[in-house]
Amino acid sequence: MPLKAVILIGGPQKGTRFRPLSFEVPKPLFPVAGVPMVQHHIEACAKVPGMKEILLMGFYQPHEALSRFLVSAQQEFKIPIRYLQEYAALGTGGGIYHFRDQILSGGAEAFFVLNADVCSEFPLQEMLEFRQQHGDAHSFVILGTTANRTQALNYGCIVANADTQEVLRHYVEKPSTFVSEIINCGIYLFTPAIFQHIGEVFQRNQQELVLEESSNGWQRAEVIRLEQDVFTALAGSGKLYVYKTDGFWSQIKSAGSAIYASRLYLNQYSKSHPERLAQNKPGGPIIRGNVYIHPTASIDSTAVLGPNVSIGEGVTVGAGVRVRESIVLHGASLHDHTCVLNTIVGWDSTIGRWARVEGTPSDPNPNDPYAKIDSETLFRDGRLTPSITILGCSVTIPAEVVILNSIVLPHKELSRSYKNQIIL
Amino acid sequence: MRALILVGGFGTRLRPLTLSRPKPLVEFCNKALLLHQLEAAAGVSHVVLAVSYMSEALGAAMREQEQRLGIRISLSHEKEPLGTAGPLALARDLLAEGGEPFFVLNSDVICEFPFAALARFHRQHGGEGSLVVTRVEEPAKYGVVVSEADTGRICRFVEKPRVFVSNKINAGLYIFNPGILQRIQLRPTSIEKEIFPAMAQEGQLYAMELQGFWMDIGQPKDFLTGMCMYLQALRAQHPEKLHSGPGVVGNVLVDPSAKIGANCVIGPNVTIGAGVVVEDGVRIKRCTVLKGARIRSHSWLESCIVGWSCSVGQWVRMENVTVLGEDVIVNDELYLNGANVLPHKSIAESVPEPRIIM
Ligand SMILES: Nc1nc2c(ncn2[C@@H]2O[C@H](COP(=O)(O)OP(=O)(O)OP(=O)(O)O)[C@@H](O)[C@H]2O)c(=O)[nH]1
Ligand SMILES: Nc1nc2c(ncn2[C@@H]2O[C@H](COP(=O)(O)OP(=O)(O)OP(=O)(O)O)[C@@H](O)[C@H]2O)c(=O)[nH]1
Ligand SMILES: [Mg+2]
Ligand SMILES: [Mg+2]
Repeated sequence: MPLKAVILIGGPQKGTRFRPLSFEVPKPLFPVAGVPMVQHHIEACAKVPGMKEILLMGFYQPHEALSRFLVSAQQEFKIPIRYLQEYAALGTGGGIYHFRDQILSGGAEAFFVLNADVCSEFPLQEMLEFRQQHGDAHSFVILGTTANRTQALNYGCIVANADTQEVLRHYVEKPSTFVSEIINCGIYLFTPAIFQHIGEVFQRNQQELVLEESSNGWQRAEVIRLEQDVFTALAGSGKLYVYKTDGFWSQIKSAGSAIYASRLYLNQYSKSHPERLAQNKPGGPIIRGNVYIHPTASIDSTAVLGPNVSIGEGVTVGAGVRVRESIVLHGASLHDHTCVLNTIVGWDSTIGRWARVEGTPSDPNPNDPYAKIDSETLFRDGRLTPSITILGCSVTIPAEVVILNSIVLPHKELSRSYKNQIIL
Repeated sequence: MRALILVGGFGTRLRPLTLSRPKPLVEFCNKALLLHQLEAAAGVSHVVLAVSYMSEALGAAMREQEQRLGIRISLSHEKEPLGTAGPLALARDLLAEGGEPFFVLNSDVICEFPFAALARFHRQHGGEGSLVVTRVEEPAKYGVVVSEADTGRICRFVEKPRVFVSNKINAGLYIFNPGILQRIQLRPTSIEKEIFPAMAQEGQLYAMELQGFWMDIGQPKDFLTGMCMYLQALRAQHPEKLHSGPGVVGNVLVDPSAKIGANCVIGPNVTIGAGVVVEDGVRIKRCTVLKGARIRSHSWLESCIVGWSCSVGQWVRMENVTVLGEDVIVNDELYLNGANVLPHKSIAESVPEPRIIM
């Protein structure tokens, strides 16, 4: 069966919780477990038999980093990959409606839609099989997972019919009171029939616009949200199903969640890409747990790395350096004896010897199997909430200082210790 | 001559170190505090230690020193703490014997003890008592001594002066004629508050100004400051006693039995005790590391006192007057900021803000 996949990558105004890292690289290209965030999506899509084409959809201006990534991904996965640019932010449903002919060209009988800012096992094949077993050929499938009762409120909540095996009865996006523990993972399987439903929303929007235009200003009819506008209407119609997965899944909203997502993907590498995991070998650094090291990085043999460390291209790690639960981006340099914990070290940043750069992990509660990572705001009660430490690009940390729970904006040269601060 | 050393305080401000041993036996710059005074007391043939608590430990240590220094050391036990004057009454018989002037010392000050000069000064003015005074930068924090510029005769004492009257404070080192014993009852009494003011009023008390450094090292912050001063004085007088070599910066004192690994940078102002092991790649400045402790590789320490037999893990950062009591274990990769850790604790979590760890 000919299939396609659409990855919703958003645009420059999205991903603000990912600052200052999203200043340098669009969030979908931020490296998670050593490869750009959306490469994990592409890899999963390319594996599905019948996949004809992968479309990245967003409202970024075309730029070099994105084009370069598309070229290299096409080569690696041997599949056509294109970027479709929305003329404005059309929402999670508006873009696929606008480009429906492109999606269906070549006779696609079904297609996946994936949010770029999630990390997942991507059980796409299982979603296809599930539809075979439970739905009719024209049904739509949402990938769902279980959250705890409080955290579920931050997601799209799905009420499924237990008797008829997970047929949707109700869908609410980010409710204010408890609705269901099953949440929307932002990964869908659609048939072309979805466009009729999105089309209905579009028609309605247009009519309302005609009515409101004079009073309420201009709002484009094409801006459509899949979750609120389409799923809520489809719930109870017998066309929408949820496939529940117990596999790993997380949103990647804050920079802290990128470290968590890296951990999940690095875990998966032991099965999917053992070659990407660094090994302890004579003359090499000491590796604890799962660690990714780019082949061009230069690591002293007395350094101790891991668990959950990703070291980027051209990074230099000196003697007696310790790195744990961190992402070190390309060109960074960690001088002798530095200690880097729960931190994202920005591109080309330098950390002087014996400096300690440490953040507070924002991991989900380890005692709750359904807990998700909280991507809360930076401030609570007017104070910076302790979070991972982030060094923007080209930041210089002097020797022997401590930087704790801080965010350092790009190109800063620090001269002393900082704690719990945003350093502009 | 005789000397009475006041060693009976509880040393509460130097806890957690003084939970393991009495303050006079805590090593300051690799030597028990009391030994700094005993060794300096040239011309003193008999030392009386006024003790109240933990006296067994002191007694045992002092029998060794009697031999080594060739002086007599006796202990005068208090049943209840008698303060800074009461102990003189308790040891009256020992002190009055021979009718000579005798020294009295606080046990927790460090300086270049001017015993001979003080005895000379005392003889010259002929008053009942003399005390050593030292200049401080911020007199408002102390009780100051107001004295006549030419004779040194003390006019009065002013507690924490609000306007400048003097910048000289009592350095905790005295000499008295046995006559002073008439003034002191056998009960808890403060010499500074209850005895000195009366003596000053009668014109019987004189002040001699101290040359060189002085520090009351009764609390950790001052203990470290005192260490810096002491090492600086050592640099001037006995530079051969200081450590040198690659990776050594400034004044550093290292016991010969200590081991220091490769690629360390130690100093300035560091004291490393007997049997201490500092592993590779460690950075230490302005710290005292007491006997038997181990600092594991790549750690960074500034302004800390590491207690006896402690173990500090790899990539630990400790700073801001962190004090580890005896036999504390700090796990790898932790950050201790101003932590005060009681003896025999194992620390498994960072202490990002100053705090006492019970
Ligand atoms: N192409 C395109 N993608 C979008 C647009 N808006 C959001 N996305 C992407 O769709 C995914 C889901 O985005 P949102 O709906 O904003 O995110 P959410 O999961 O609901 O979380 P919130 O940010 O809290 O609303 C992300 O990968 C976004 O980058 C859009 O207008 N066009
Ligand atoms: N014999 C005796 N000596 C005392 C007594 N109180 C204080 N001292 C000593 O007097 C000197 C000055 O006392 P402080 O500076 O208060 O020291 P401390 O009382 O030991 O320590 P803190 O508990 O920290 O105040 C020190 O050498 C003490 O050992 C006491 O009751 N009896
Ligand atoms: Mg949304
Ligand atoms: Mg006291």
